[in-house]
Amino acid sequence: MSTMKVRKRSNAPIFWGLFGAGGMLAALFGPMLVFITGIAVPLALLLPADTMSYPKMLAFAQNFIGKAFIFAIIALFMWHAAHRIYHSLHEIGIHAGMFAKLLCYGSALVCTVISAVVLLGLGF
Amino acid sequence: MSESQKIIEIEVLRYNPESDKEPHREVYKVPFSDDMSVLQGAQYIKDNFDGSLTFRWSCRMAICGSCGMMINGIPKLSCETFLRDYYPNRISIEAMAHFPIEKDLVVDLSGFIEKLESIQPYIIPREARTLEQGEYIQSPAQFNEYIQFTSCINCTLCYAACPQFGLNPDFIGPAAMALLHRYNMDSRDGGAEQRMQLVTSEEGVFNCSAVGYCSEVCPKHVDPGNAVNINKINAAKDYFLRFLSPKGGSK
Repeated sequence: MSTMKVRKRSNAPIFWGLFGAGGMLAALFGPMLVFITGIAVPLALLLPADTMSYPKMLAFAQNFIGKAFIFAIIALFMWHAAHRIYHSLHEIGIHAGMFAKLLCYGSALVCTVISAVVLLGLGF
Repeated sequence: MSESQKIIEIEVLRYNPESDKEPHREVYKVPFSDDMSVLQGAQYIKDNFDGSLTFRWSCRMAICGSCGMMINGIPKLSCETFLRDYYPNRISIEAMAHFPIEKDLVVDLSGFIEKLESIQPYIIPREARTLEQGEYIQSPAQFNEYIQFTSCINCTLCYAACPQFGLNPDFIGPAAMALLHRYNMDSRDGGAEQRMQLVTSEEGVFNCSAVGYCSEVCPKHVDPGNAVNINKINAAKDYFLRFLSPKGGSK
């Protein structure tokens, strides 16, 4: 229809996609990671005491698959959290607009870059 | 009236744009019987206490979608909500949330009507057919794809329920998006691409934060929340795949 007004395309799919991917990873791995890193290893339950020792974790982070896993977990969790916080702010009546957007998604971007740089810096 | 006549207090949000600066509440003591709906309670007030009380209604049987209001803060059709379920407590009725009030319980739906028009709510034929070619054949399976989304009666309870519509009245919203989905899913229709511009726009599906209250309050079980969220996936596909298959859409 020629009378239809031209609408601006929303960029939300980018952030929604990262949010969704992070949400799925969080649901799949979040509780398990909390258990391993927060409960099992510190309390020496079920797992060997040196599960998260420095040499083991370094080897994990130097392995290509381990590197990809750590990167995905940190970066996508951050994008998920950023999106959720941004929308929750809107819902509770704080419509900070571009500032909130930059703060939320900006911190996710910074964490993504830092984790990529650190992980690559560890070598293979 | 018998001695045991039950009386319920109905608190009504009143607003007369010609004399009131802002809405105020008035309480009426309404005698009722167990078969009386909230709509009949409002009619009793209009007939016996104040003829100026204004509200929309027509069918009295949850078909026309006219009599939606906030009943104790919940969007409901007043014709299928019964006074007996609230007695002996006071019941409060207000105009549907998130819409501008025109008078008393009547809201201004012109924004919603514009949205309905904007989704092109009619079949845009996938292929032109002549009379000689006969009707468009549709299988029961194809029919089942969209039939659920045809049940909408435009009562707009889902808009009164949607917190995102409350925050951004430009959001195309649940009912309009459910109807859009109804036509997109119809095997005879080929208008999905034309409608995609709206789905992917800033007024489109990504305003939704998947609260789901729209589907909860829907008196016809349309599940508009589902329609909106399926279209988030369609919109995301359109966003990322448009570079592979260029076509008309939002700029």
